[in-house]
Amino acid sequence: MSEKSDLNRRHFLTVATSVTGAVGVGFVAVPFVASWLPSARARALGAPVEVDISKLDDGAMVRVQWRGRPVWVVRRTQVMLDRMENSGIELRDPDSLESIQPNFALNDFRSLKPKILVVLGVCTHLGCSPTARFDVAPADLGPDWVGGFFCPCHGSKFDLSGRVYPAMPAPTNLTIPPYRFVGDNLIIIGEETGVAA
Amino acid sequence: MSASIKDRPADTGARDGKLSQLVDWIDARFPMTKMMQEHMTEYYAAKNFNWLYVFGVLAMFVLALQIVTGIFLTMNYKPSAAEAFASVEYIMRDVEWGWLIRYMHSTGASAFFIVIYLHMFRAMMYGSYKKPRELLWLIGMVIYVALMAEGFFGYLLPWGQMSYWGAQVIVSLFGAIPYIGEGMAEWMRGDYFISDITLNRFFALHVAAVPLALIALVVMHILALHETGSLNPDGIEIKERKDSNGIPLDGINFHPYYTVKDLVAIVIFLILFSGVIFFAPEMGGYFLEHANFEPANILQTPEHIQPVWYFTPFYAILRAVPSKLGGVLLMGGAIVVLFLLPWLDRCKVKSIRYRGWTYKVALTTFVVSFIALGYLGMKPAAEPYTTLSRIFTALYFAFFLFMPIYTSREKTKPVPERVVYHG
Amino acid sequence: MNNRIKRLFSVATLRAFMAAVFVTWTMGAMAAGDTTQLLSANNDIGNQASLQRGARNYVNYCMGCHSLQYMRYNQLAKGLGISEDQLIDNLMFTADRPTDMMTIAMPPADAATWFGRTPPDLTLIGRSRGSDYLYTFLKSFYVEEGVPTGVNNLVLANLSMPHVLWELQGLQKAVFEDVANEDGTTTHAFRRFEQITGGILTEDEYNQFVRDTVNFLEYAGEPSQLERRRLGVLVIAFLLVFGLFSYYLKKEFWKDIK
Repeated sequence: MSEKSDLNRRHFLTVATSVTGAVGVGFVAVPFVASWLPSARARALGAPVEVDISKLDDGAMVRVQWRGRPVWVVRRTQVMLDRMENSGIELRDPDSLESIQPNFALNDFRSLKPKILVVLGVCTHLGCSPTARFDVAPADLGPDWVGGFFCPCHGSKFDLSGRVYPAMPAPTNLTIPPYRFVGDNLIIIGEETGVAA
Repeated sequence: MSASIKDRPADTGARDGKLSQLVDWIDARFPMTKMMQEHMTEYYAAKNFNWLYVFGVLAMFVLALQIVTGIFLTMNYKPSAAEAFASVEYIMRDVEWGWLIRYMHSTGASAFFIVIYLHMFRAMMYGSYKKPRELLWLIGMVIYVALMAEGFFGYLLPWGQMSYWGAQVIVSLFGAIPYIGEGMAEWMRGDYFISDITLNRFFALHVAAVPLALIALVVMHILALHETGSLNPDGIEIKERKDSNGIPLDGINFHPYYTVKDLVAIVIFLILFSGVIFFAPEMGGYFLEHANFEPANILQTPEHIQPVWYFTPFYAILRAVPSKLGGVLLMGGAIVVLFLLPWLDRCKVKSIRYRGWTYKVALTTFVVSFIALGYLGMKPAAEPYTTLSRIFTALYFAFFLFMPIYTSREKTKPVPERVVYHG
Repeated sequence: MNNRIKRLFSVATLRAFMAAVFVTWTMGAMAAGDTTQLLSANNDIGNQASLQRGARNYVNYCMGCHSLQYMRYNQLAKGLGISEDQLIDNLMFTADRPTDMMTIAMPPADAATWFGRTPPDLTLIGRSRGSDYLYTFLKSFYVEEGVPTGVNNLVLANLSMPHVLWELQGLQKAVFEDVANEDGTTTHAFRRFEQITGGILTEDEYNQFVRDTVNFLEYAGEPSQLERRRLGVLVIAFLLVFGLFSYYLKKEFWKDIK
């Protein structure tokens, strides 16, 4: 055997061993990286939650917790919806094209049923939870306010469908979580169909 | 050995210009290349290492493995009496791949001791503890003691029956010390019994204090080794015969020759290690004891209580003595005598290959005694085990205590000038 | 020649090492034999049908008192190879959601009053005691007069648990015999069981019932065990390939050394 073929063999074996070793290290990394994923307990705690809205009054809101975050369920009145539609405010993303919601919520009401709003109560700016301000033209929010949500942290304003006003710190509309109705008054938040989301 | 071989590692081909500039930039600020040369490419080890010489590298490998898996376990483990046991089951069931990480860590603990025991056995075979390597041996012994502490603290954490009662027994040992013993045991527990408080501090020691000490000690151990140079199965100082370039005639570059050899050892180790993890993680109750799958019950001791296998030789010595203080002292003595080994051995010849039959018989007796004690430590305190324990305890100490005598008049064989190596 | 002898020494030491292991092992084997002979459960953790039957047995007969608090229902469904609907219909009687833990409603304090002690959680009993023990245990209840439960057990004497499966197994009595020892003492040695009343199940059916239940408990002790073995084969196969490369790499480099 010549010196050259020896070196070639050496080179090949070095590369082959290194590559196999690198692949092995990659395999070993998988369980460690994956161990940071939500555990079975986290997934159990993050399972869909049920909300019974049979006792929710017109114009009232109920807060529930889903995956550690507030979800608001609002029974909007026809008056509220009309006011929202006729407010004349130019929203940043009126059709919610840049915002996150299930496909069924791609409408002006951003909901399955026009009057029932289910929305994640987390500001899309930096994660504060906005406050519900359904009162019209209050002193602090000005005469143009027709009811909506106001984030106390940085002043973002959202309408009654959770759509953000223009020139606000929040970049997109509030997020609509997946949810579905079982009958008229039972909402399952966290899944759109019978299968867990 | 020709000089051309020595040149090979240095001539790794023309480096890319940019890369070499970066290396130069770093080298001007940090001794990267210098350290690589000193400890890897231009560290010369004898060419005749046998398979017993892989355990040092394996021990470092296992240490790294334990640190990584341990860090990931702490991410889900809860060091409280109320939650510890459940959090281990949470890791085993709910955390993605948690079972694998936990088995790696629990098997790694036992693997660490197997590797360390073989590493120490190698040192005793070939006289690696002798002048000028006494300090290397002492640092190694401190590592061994730290490792036992690490194993002991860690064993409490799952908060199973064995965890609890094992800690109870070991902490009680300190109570045997006259006058201060009871107070000391109380101080170690931070309570009147092994409690939540004890668990919490053992956790801190296991995951932070002892590992930090271990890492520092291992660095010291390697620095000490590279100062004197590695010995070899012939017990010859290769530094005494150098070529015109100052390179030991019998030495070869650690990198690449021993790195590729150690890699083979690591893979073989990993195959055995995986065999345990995937097919016998409990290892028949030796690596994970059956009683430890029951949560700690403060009111009821399990029927058979024994320490984990790597402590059982010393546990057998403890029980061989019918007095509490005597047992504790003898057990402590069994570890202390190991520290004294470099000074007990008077023989000038290092390797067992050229030593007289007395040392060969003595070392064999010692190894047999150690294993026998390990076995007896798992058995109930009854006959014939107690008598056997006493016999093997006597043999264990005889090996050390009579060493100055039988090694000073040992009939040795002539040691060759160069190492024995068959290519 | 001389060198070969020297090299042999490490082999000799190794042999001494092996001999030591062997000697201690046999020493122990001679002194062993003090435990009650356990029957072999012969269960197969890979048998899903058996696991499903075992889970049903457990839920119906054991879970009134013994929780499986570290086990989730949906994890159970996964291991048993059943759908979530099958799970809800057949195994979930007290829980609301498939992600719930398999806990029980019985308050521990009440249980302690009724039985003398709280019935232990059995999630890990398969690991702490082993399948053979559980199999033997469930077959070793025998009638004893004068105790509140009316039964005793050969492997767990004077237990506070009644023979929950008596309708299935029927009742049996234990036949003991006094055996004289060499040192003059006598041992009250167990000889055999004798059936007093028949049960709903035949002996074979009852054995299978117990085997399935024990199989399920072994699974519950470590749900990852089947996955563990499957993965192990792949990991070791990979390591063998890696080992082959590194072995030839070592040989190639060591050609330099003469």
